[in-house]
Order: sequence, then structure tokens, then C-alpha cells
Amino acid sequence: MKDLSLHVLDIVQNALAAGAEQVRILVEESVPRNCLVIAVEDNGKGMSQDVLDRVTDPYFTTRTTRKVGLGIPLLKQNAEQCGGGLLIESAPGRGTRLVAEFVRDHIDRPALGDMPGVVAMLSGINQDRDFIYHHRVDERDYCFDTREVKQILEGVPLGEASVMRSIREMIGENLKDLEKAE
Amino acid sequence: MTKIKSLADLKKMKEDFQSKIALREKSEKPEGRVLIKVAMATCGIASGAKQVMEFLIDELDKRNIDAIVSQTGCMGYCYAEPTVEVTLPGKEPVVFGYVDEAKADSIIEKYIKNGELLEGIIPVNYETID
Repeated sequence: MKDLSLHVLDIVQNALAAGAEQVRILVEESVPRNCLVIAVEDNGKGMSQDVLDRVTDPYFTTRTTRKVGLGIPLLKQNAEQCGGGLLIESAPGRGTRLVAEFVRDHIDRPALGDMPGVVAMLSGINQDRDFIYHHRVDERDYCFDTREVKQILEGVPLGEASVMRSIREMIGENLKDLEKAE
Repeated sequence: MTKIKSLADLKKMKEDFQSKIALREKSEKPEGRVLIKVAMATCGIASGAKQVMEFLIDELDKRNIDAIVSQTGCMGYCYAEPTVEVTLPGKEPVVFGYVDEAKADSIIEKYIKNGELLEGIIPVNYETID
């Protein structure tokens, strides 16, 4: 993956496949603690201990179209190469929480990438699900919630190209502010 | 135009969004819609599916083509990602492989607008190797 936002896009697909109605994406950057944490939490069907033990194995997948499953292994490798690691908590019926941690200034840490684009796209093409995107930089934070957006837009589909562009711009402007104050 | 920054700014644009939808609904029949699926599994995303999806959504809108763009999983053509499946009204789905922005542009201009086939179609009887 070229950047971390693409890992998020990929990991969220797992949550969607698990039937999650709500997916929470958290990005937390801390300069003093020199870390960058990405968490994806869903209220999907969860995994048994047996499945959980095998998800980081690249030769494990629930798909039948191919025999490898690289989404989680690639993120794990990336996090470990950057002095961090990956943690997954899950239980059947209780959803899944995945946390990837990176050393923020590690030379190999990929750029965060286009989070506004990823969140706008996920919201637009999965209108039957809800996404909450929380971005924290030190003490400042921004929270985007599709439930609020759906409420104010009163039935306008989030998948409209113009709506997706506007959501992307809105998130982007807010993230710029988070960085600026640094 | 000032930048959209808050939910209030977004709310102000609601009428713009609605008028655009109304305009399209008046001119097109729902059965005339083009269905497009972009494969968005790990293999697709790693090969650039996000960029292709954004390009398709924006360009179909700009070129006033009534299409529904959605995502699908891995179809087993990982070697040819990003892959895009296009279903024209009343036709069988066609899967295009190795789609980048330039290819997506020809898919819109040649296949969607004129029904001309392009290179790089994955035949329906293609089977992946086990």
C-alpha cells in the first residue's frame, strides 16, 4: 500500500464484510509521544479465537476467489517495520477492534495519505452503513459522523458525486486546521 | 467560493445537491442506468482502485452519464487489478482489467458512450488457477 489511508480503506472492507452497521476509524498522532495510531472498530459479527489466531497469516482468507489474504499481514508488516505493531481484539457477536501503531518519525513510516478521500468514498458507496472518523493530533481533534451528515442532508444520497466532493473538502479543511496548529 | 468546513456549510449546499438529482431524474430513466463495480479488495486497493473509483465517480458526473458506481470484492483476477465491471442497460456485464485513469477514460468514451469494446477485457469463461 502506498500510504496509510489505503490500509484503512482495505481494513474497513473486512469490517463491511463482517456485516458491520457502524465503523469507527480513529487516527491519533502524537508529537510528544512520537506515535501514530490507527484504529478501526466495527460492530460486525466478530471472530472466534481460532480465526483470530490465523488472520495475520497471509495464507488465511475467508474468500473463495483466491487463496491468500494479505490485508492484515501487510498492515502488520508495515507497522512492525516502523517500530510499532498490530493488535486485534474480537469476539463472536461483539465486533472487532484493530489497532496499528507506528513510530511517527520512523524513516519507513508511510505518509498518512488521503484520509478525507477515503472517508468520503466509504461513506458514499456504503450508504447503508455509518462511519465515524475521529482524528486527533495531540490535544486537538476533529470528528466526522455520517449519522450527523445524513440528518442535515435529509435524504440526499451521500453517494452523489457532488456530495462526496463536498464531504472530502469538509474533512480536508478540518484536518488542515489540526496540522496547522502544530 | 468559500471552502466547506462545517455541517452548516454542507447544509447550505443541500438545495444544489437536490436540484442536480432532480434534473437528472427528469432526463433519465432508472432502467437506463449504467452499473459500474470497482473491485476493492486488498489486491485492487494496492493497485490503485481508489484513484480509479474517484476518477469514475467524478468524470461520469461531469460528463452527465447516469451511472451507479459501487464496489465489489476480489473477483480472482488479482493479476489484472484494478478491475472494473461495467453493465450497460440490457447487456451482459463486461470486466475490464488493468484499469488506470487513461483506461477508465476510454471505457467511458468508447464502451459506455458508444458500446465499442476495448482491449483488456477479461473473458467470462476465464478461470483462475488453483
